[in-house]
Amino acid sequence: MLDLINVSYDTLIPNNVGLSTDKRVLKALEKWHPGYINWWNDLIPDNFQKSLVYLRTAVSVDPKGWAKFDYVKMPEYRWGILLAPQVEGRTIPCGEHAGQPAWQEVPGEYRNMLKRLIVIQGDTEPASVEQQRFLGRTAPSLYDMRNLFQVNVEEGRHLWAMVYLLHKYFGADGREEADDLLRRQSGSEEAPRMLGAFNEETPDWLSFFMFTYFTDRDGKMQLESLAQSGFDPLSRTCRFMLTEEAHHMFVGETGVGRTIERTCQIMAENGIDDPYDIEKIRSFGVIDLPTIQKKLNLHYTLSLDLFGQEVSTNAANAFNSGIKGRYMESRIDDDHKLTNATYPVWDMVDGQLVRHEVPALTAINMRLRDDYSRDAAGGVGRWNKIIEKAGIAFEMKLPHEAFNRKIGVFANHNFNPEGQLVSGAEFDKGINDWLPNKADGDFIQSLMNPVYEPGKYASWISPPKVGIDNKPGDFEYVKLHMA
Amino acid sequence: MNKPIKQHLIDPEICIRCYTCEMTCPIEAITHDDSNVVVDAEKCNFCMDCIPVCPTGSIDEWRVVSEPYSLEDQFAFSELPAQEDLGQDEASTGLEALDEAMATLLADAHKGAGGKAKAPASAAKPSVNMYNLGKPAVAKVQGNYRLTDDDGHDVRHIILDFGGQPFPVLEGQSIGIIPPGTDADGKPLLPRLYSVSSPRDGERPNYNNLSLTVKREEGGLCSNYVCDLKQGDEVQVTGPFGATFLLPDDPSARLLMICTGTGSAPMRAFTMRRQRTVGAKSGGMLMFFGARSKGSLPYFGPLSKVPESLLKQHLVFSRAEGQPKEYVQDRLRSEEDEVAEMLQDPKTHIYICGLRGMEEGVEQAFTNIAESFGEQWSALRDTMREEGRYHVETY
Repeated sequence: MLDLINVSYDTLIPNNVGLSTDKRVLKALEKWHPGYINWWNDLIPDNFQKSLVYLRTAVSVDPKGWAKFDYVKMPEYRWGILLAPQVEGRTIPCGEHAGQPAWQEVPGEYRNMLKRLIVIQGDTEPASVEQQRFLGRTAPSLYDMRNLFQVNVEEGRHLWAMVYLLHKYFGADGREEADDLLRRQSGSEEAPRMLGAFNEETPDWLSFFMFTYFTDRDGKMQLESLAQSGFDPLSRTCRFMLTEEAHHMFVGETGVGRTIERTCQIMAENGIDDPYDIEKIRSFGVIDLPTIQKKLNLHYTLSLDLFGQEVSTNAANAFNSGIKGRYMESRIDDDHKLTNATYPVWDMVDGQLVRHEVPALTAINMRLRDDYSRDAAGGVGRWNKIIEKAGIAFEMKLPHEAFNRKIGVFANHNFNPEGQLVSGAEFDKGINDWLPNKADGDFIQSLMNPVYEPGKYASWISPPKVGIDNKPGDFEYVKLHMA
Repeated sequence: MNKPIKQHLIDPEICIRCYTCEMTCPIEAITHDDSNVVVDAEKCNFCMDCIPVCPTGSIDEWRVVSEPYSLEDQFAFSELPAQEDLGQDEASTGLEALDEAMATLLADAHKGAGGKAKAPASAAKPSVNMYNLGKPAVAKVQGNYRLTDDDGHDVRHIILDFGGQPFPVLEGQSIGIIPPGTDADGKPLLPRLYSVSSPRDGERPNYNNLSLTVKREEGGLCSNYVCDLKQGDEVQVTGPFGATFLLPDDPSARLLMICTGTGSAPMRAFTMRRQRTVGAKSGGMLMFFGARSKGSLPYFGPLSKVPESLLKQHLVFSRAEGQPKEYVQDRLRSEEDEVAEMLQDPKTHIYICGLRGMEEGVEQAFTNIAESFGEQWSALRDTMREEGRYHVETY
């Protein structure tokens, strides 16, 4: 019998989908594999490829098997195809087919829609690795470097997950799409990644932490709603990806938190009460809280754009067809069809922001974005507790969702972070206080000096409270290859 | 007062609210509000499925409580409450094991310390009860080697491999082995406890294996089963257990280790841990190890290769040919100066492990030695124990 819990290593590609008995897909994946390895090898600087990194690798998809830690050279990481176990009798959770048995094969009428969703999701995974490719050179500690590489290899695995679906279920055009996922490059002129936010380089570690906190959280929300898909292989794939995605949230939330903690500590040690005494605070080699707030404003609003238009027929179709559910669909208490339900969405009426009710079916994006904002607010509250504990009068805030938007009803309007419509002149005047400027970026860049000694941390960040895998503070998370 | 219960909590300062535990929990005992993720004490059955999936380490928190924290209490936590003082009864108020049978066994083994055991301040955080009688781990025997050269004294070094199952142990912890078969009522037999004799990163570094040091007892159901295991056999294992008989992570801590027979198991783990991490740069380790003769002393060969800079050894024999009987307490007395100096150093941690009753002779020796520098042993011992520096485990 097929063992669908434990990972099988009888092919080059570790998997729990019985790949060795599925010759067609195995062949296709083996053909794709070298291109992937090339992509990886060209990407990450060579000395890190040769370093031993303390990574977790899934050895099975049941709870006790997916976090096995060991030293691995990244190119030898066992990327593989892991699906959460099939739930017997699972039904389509939403839309017009709600209650019917979940699809084990692609339903013909939704083939294109499904393929497009999988390709968009797949495109973001390698994109973020590309964006973060140079960060290892400025890692504030071996601990952080390990976390970066863990995020990177798992994004790589998520690409594998999507490529498997394309190869397995979408024939020749699936294979073509899989090849294109390696052809597009973040920031490339001729073949950029599909979504805007994934074409910006991640220039420094604070950006990386903000990215993993805000942008990977968008990824989490998308995975959550794809995990509710009536197409069972997609649902099972995404459910397992979510267990890995949690680590990315962790890196972001604690990374920003540790940056804030260090700033607060330095302020206390040097008797600085005024969080706006920016020059003095920066002179101690830490990032002042107002600058951290500006970075937050930027990354939060860029991530909001990833949710698309507030009112969207595409999103309505995806929900209605049972291809994509809502966040925690199975725990929502309604008809799961949204035949008569409404949902309040933002709109501009006579230059005023209003929220009015529209058919809930068309407001799927808005609802997911609201769920996202609630989820994102949690960590901000936690950061504020650090500041409060240090006795500093400052509060981090999520800006109003109208601020700095390029997509949706707020695009092309000037809003300040409080959500008030302002004139172009007022906006230009305020922008320096709202979003990071070049001088802020240069200052942060000036702090990005690598610290490669076990147990030591760069000036601008505190050590973590708990080690990875319960390791002690001076654990050598990366055994660096010194060329 | 109600009987205290053990409650699973999540540290809200470290948790990032990813809800992975909530999705993993097979019985929906975990839930959340806008601020915290919490565990329902009425539902949680300690299956431990949520422990390895947590990306932060915030999930493995336990408190002994007389009245469990309600969901509302937990939603309002901004940090974890400290462990309440519920008295000195270790079996019911300690966190050595989550199930009563194992907690009672360990409390009994720790009795010789004269009070409730406490872990060294710098010890790493142990995981306990990852596997239990209902859901044991399955380990494969990698090796079974005889350690002694004495007919009446068969001591074995057993290596167990856990494959892909996470089985995090710290030096000084124990595991339970479930012997095959059933009792008179047809129920599965209760696990027997064995102290782990390998360090936390495995008998072989970075392999998911561990070793045990087991003596064959005449008529002993489990010890004969374990000593007869062959390579490739599968064994059902529970645990790990034990949250106080642990190695301080502080490399400058000085260890005074006193053991007999298979009581050497945790001492071997301590020594190997230090050998692999700080080596001779540690605060030092002094061992008094008693056996009948060279032939019946486990690890006699390997011990001769351990340098004194890492571990200073006194091997003491009670039946050595042509020599008067000598027990560990006798050697403690004859090395009085060195022992007295250590007893007075607040960096010293004492570990006693071996057959039940050995602690009495050792205590007598300590009493005499403490007198020599004008201290009352019982008071010194209580202070040391309260500071997590005095540990007894005898069976």
